[in-house]
Amino acid sequence: MALTYDTLQNDTIAAIATGITESGIGIIRISGPDAFAVGDRLCRGRDGSHVFSSWKPGTIHFCLITDPDKEGGKEPCVIDEAMVSVMRAPHSYTTEDTVEINIHGGVYLMNRVLELALHNGCRMAEPGEFTKRAFLGGRIDLSRAEAVMDLIQSDNEFSRRTAVEQLEGSVSTEVKKLREEILYEIAFIESALDDPENYSMEGYPEKLRKKCADLIDRLDHLLQFSESGRVLKEGIRTVIVGKPNAGKSSLMNFLAGSDRAIVTDVAGTTRDTLEEKIRLGDVILDVTDTAGIRKTDDVVEKIGVERAQKAAKQADLILYLVDTSTGISEEDRYIFRLLRERISAGTRCIILLNKTDLPSRTDRNDIAEMFRFIAPSPKPEGSTRVVNYKRAEVIPVSIRTGEGMEDFKAKIQQMFRTGEIASKNEVFLSGLRQRTEARSARDSLKLVVNSIDSGMSEDFFSIDLMNAYTALGRIIGEAVEDDLVEEIFSKFCLGK
Amino acid sequence: MTEKNYHIKTDVCVIGAGHAGCEAALACARLGFQTVIFTMNVDSIAMMPCNPHIGGSSKGHLVREIDALGGEMAKNIDKTFIQSKMLNKSKGPAVHSLRTQADKAEYSKSMRQVLQNQENLTIRMGEVVDICTEEVSGEGETQRKVTGVRLFNGTIYECRAVVIATGTYLNARCLVGEAITETGPSGMQRSTYLKDALERIGIHTRRFKTGTPARMDGRSLDYSKMQIQRGDEKVTPFSYSTDPATVQIDQVPCYLTYTNEHTHEIIRENLDRSPIYAGIIEGTGPRYCPSIEDKVVKFSEKNRHQVFVEPEGRGTNEMYIDGMSSSMPDDVQQRMYRTVPGLEHCVIVRNAYAIEYDCINANSLKLSLETRKVSGLFCAGQFCGSSGYEEAACQGLMAGINVAQKLRGRDPLILKRSESYIGVLIDDLVSKDNREPYRMMTSRAEYRLLLRQDNADLRLRKYGYEVGLITREQYDHVLYKEKAIQEEIARLKSIRVGAAAENQAYLRSIGSSELKTAVSLAELLSRPEMNYEKMKGIDPEHCPVTDPEISEQVEINIKYEGYIARQKKQVEQFNRLESKKIPEDIDYDDVLSLRLEARQKLKELRPSSIGQASRMSGVTPADVAVLLIYLDKQRAQAKEAEKQK
Repeated sequence: MALTYDTLQNDTIAAIATGITESGIGIIRISGPDAFAVGDRLCRGRDGSHVFSSWKPGTIHFCLITDPDKEGGKEPCVIDEAMVSVMRAPHSYTTEDTVEINIHGGVYLMNRVLELALHNGCRMAEPGEFTKRAFLGGRIDLSRAEAVMDLIQSDNEFSRRTAVEQLEGSVSTEVKKLREEILYEIAFIESALDDPENYSMEGYPEKLRKKCADLIDRLDHLLQFSESGRVLKEGIRTVIVGKPNAGKSSLMNFLAGSDRAIVTDVAGTTRDTLEEKIRLGDVILDVTDTAGIRKTDDVVEKIGVERAQKAAKQADLILYLVDTSTGISEEDRYIFRLLRERISAGTRCIILLNKTDLPSRTDRNDIAEMFRFIAPSPKPEGSTRVVNYKRAEVIPVSIRTGEGMEDFKAKIQQMFRTGEIASKNEVFLSGLRQRTEARSARDSLKLVVNSIDSGMSEDFFSIDLMNAYTALGRIIGEAVEDDLVEEIFSKFCLGK
Repeated sequence: MTEKNYHIKTDVCVIGAGHAGCEAALACARLGFQTVIFTMNVDSIAMMPCNPHIGGSSKGHLVREIDALGGEMAKNIDKTFIQSKMLNKSKGPAVHSLRTQADKAEYSKSMRQVLQNQENLTIRMGEVVDICTEEVSGEGETQRKVTGVRLFNGTIYECRAVVIATGTYLNARCLVGEAITETGPSGMQRSTYLKDALERIGIHTRRFKTGTPARMDGRSLDYSKMQIQRGDEKVTPFSYSTDPATVQIDQVPCYLTYTNEHTHEIIRENLDRSPIYAGIIEGTGPRYCPSIEDKVVKFSEKNRHQVFVEPEGRGTNEMYIDGMSSSMPDDVQQRMYRTVPGLEHCVIVRNAYAIEYDCINANSLKLSLETRKVSGLFCAGQFCGSSGYEEAACQGLMAGINVAQKLRGRDPLILKRSESYIGVLIDDLVSKDNREPYRMMTSRAEYRLLLRQDNADLRLRKYGYEVGLITREQYDHVLYKEKAIQEEIARLKSIRVGAAAENQAYLRSIGSSELKTAVSLAELLSRPEMNYEKMKGIDPEHCPVTDPEISEQVEINIKYEGYIARQKKQVEQFNRLESKKIPEDIDYDDVLSLRLEARQKLKELRPSSIGQASRMSGVTPADVAVLLIYLDKQRAQAKEAEKQK
């Protein structure tokens, strides 16, 4: 229905353009025909004056970023100080009019400014969209076209996955329910229009008005919920698992470069989970070290094990340490089941065959065998799917001697660059995208109420109802297809 | 074949003389091509074997569009209707839809006369059993081109193009419970051999089904137990060329009654004897206008269903029992109909039956309705997997137009989804997965606010004129109308009226609220309770437009300005994708980043534009983006190669 193909260079897009960085400066890029208009709305001089229009293209200026809707109100409207550069088409990366807002870093501030831009006439850029526009504008040469096409495809897969994963179960259930209810109303209206002698719309507008009010309330609630529930973390959620004494804490320390976790030779030393933010080149990992997973009666350790399992479920990347000097144990089999489940669900995994410096009792073949023979646990998610072993990289290392550790680091960086694993930062943004859609759905429903109040006829209601339905569909990554026709035929009996 | 075959030369052969075939043949003949239309029986030309209506929700739009392009259906029904109603009158203008009851025999007779009087057109009775083709070194999938058709009697008609419009006749069988006959609709002889001929040239068929209710002797019905349903007092004609004065006739009433629990009980008890539920029927049936068996099973919570009793014509006492199509055996039919109030003593003239027939999956066609495999072979109507007279007729017209365009060496006429219901219908048939006979619905049209039945002429006459089915005079009238509408809108926007006492008094008198400040006439007209007529009392120039066709457009454009502007914006976006053409010889295996599913789908359907590709199931927005970039890359490479030369 609604066409939102991002490849069309007809609307103005915005996104955080800087990579994953802890550094001080973040850039919000705004590109498209209305970029200058948006810039004009957000940028103010120290005295609150509109300064943007006086700036020449190709220049950079100091200014304040403000929320134009709050001007003159009680709440402070200044968000941050910024350096803003102005580029006129075609002299920009995307070849379109572009405004880049350089602000002090910090995920919160960057997102705040981005939300402002979205609120003032921009659409959230799709992953890779600036590059796409740059390509379509002739900025990028042909040799990179293939890479761009791959990027689009993998980004799409990624965002589809995260969009669904990221939503709390209850949120996605609610969105689905909202959609169902909206679709039912559209189908009723359309059936009544198609077969007016069979379905009467007597009194229907009042009914629909109540329904819309209820839907709007629920969307507002949902928006508040997502607003408060948002987590300002960045980095790739990484979890280290392995049976006790496989070297998890050593790996943590290796990555962190300091003795954070207590490391002894006694199995079960780490009784809780430890968290650490670790930087590998341009990648940031939020690493959680877990208690060794094993079946245990020790109460304290049991809690740790449960936490480890939970952490594994939320992880973007799982690092599994196998102690090759001891061979595969019952505990390894237990972990394998867990891994199998997570891999089926799409989580990336690196298996480190640790202790290559000691005589080996386990190798790659044993791992492959394990995947083959471990029966799925009783109720695994997606157990019907075939596990793609390629999602699990196997690297032999010795954390103690450092052997293989460079390969390991290179692997993580490569996975990051190809988009196989992606950072929380982007996940957060897709949350923002979802909120934008939820708002747009709510606004469409308000238009329905307006139409009802101004006495429009029923066929006008379904237009905005459809827009709301489509917007909600984008939140959970569902296309429209022929839902409506299906719904009409299944719920309503059309005669003549 | 040997020399004993008699050969006849012509330009175009149309197989089938139903609603699609008639429009196709007329269009070709009118555009100057020698055309032969083949029918199994000359007495069944433009026959209406099912319901006696033309038009209805969204179908009425199709009829208007056919007329705007220069087709015949609207004119023919204006001559032969016996009742007319504008549906959804209380709703927005986009869903107003004209529906008429036809005099079936008169409709058929009148269309036959039009065909018989048409220059360049010959009617020929006989069964076409083969499509003659020859190999060509074509591009893409096209490996053959059409050279003629062969009749059962051996005669060969050599021609340059063929339109297949076999409707429900191909390999048809009709089912009344256990009684199964190998006949076409209404007991007509079916067409048997063409299916194998099609398979030989790579055109595959599938099986669909549909059904129709019983016809009853009107003398046996008790109308006092039914609600009477009359037509509109003032009838609007379908055709733009019909003088409205000629359609203000004495109309014939229809009647409304209902099924009840008793009816449903009989049906439930005998479900095992219904061919559909007994598994005898293989074809896929439509989910709209379901059989009464389907209604009872699928909507078991409803304790009654509507039944419309409608005359089949003025010259017959047969009544059509709308809403109760069935494939039950005769004894069950007799019993179930008799449970309905007013039908207690009914005498059945024709049984309700289900009909199965062969048709193609229109995914194998281009948007011009030409097959991708055989050049010059076009398909239209129910043969393409649609249902309904109007759906068939508009395809016939488009196939006919595109045959002519091809023979004249011109580009085909492809109507966009954003400018016509016909465009939506053909695009849906060709691009989407259709698993049942396709029926038009207003909800299928994304831009229905723009595709109204009242502006079909403004949308489509120019195409009819360019093709040659609309005269210069007719087109000039549309241009004049367009200009007059724009001028009147501009005038209403420019004149402001103030809160003068006489204005306030007038507004009060017509039940509108008083003015607080000066407003433009346009703003005043956009009030829900206002219309152009009522503006006379306040417009200093007293509403100079007298032609209701023009004032209607002015009113609609002003009242729904905001909505219309929003849809126009969507259309702009839509058109941008539509205008990005995909070359016919594209090698999808060369587009590496496409997902497998999308690649298969694209290879199978070979869409002509990015827009069409984006609507295919199994093609994601990311695939579309990939495709766009690939095309840009190809273009840039071609340009570079050019430079190096």
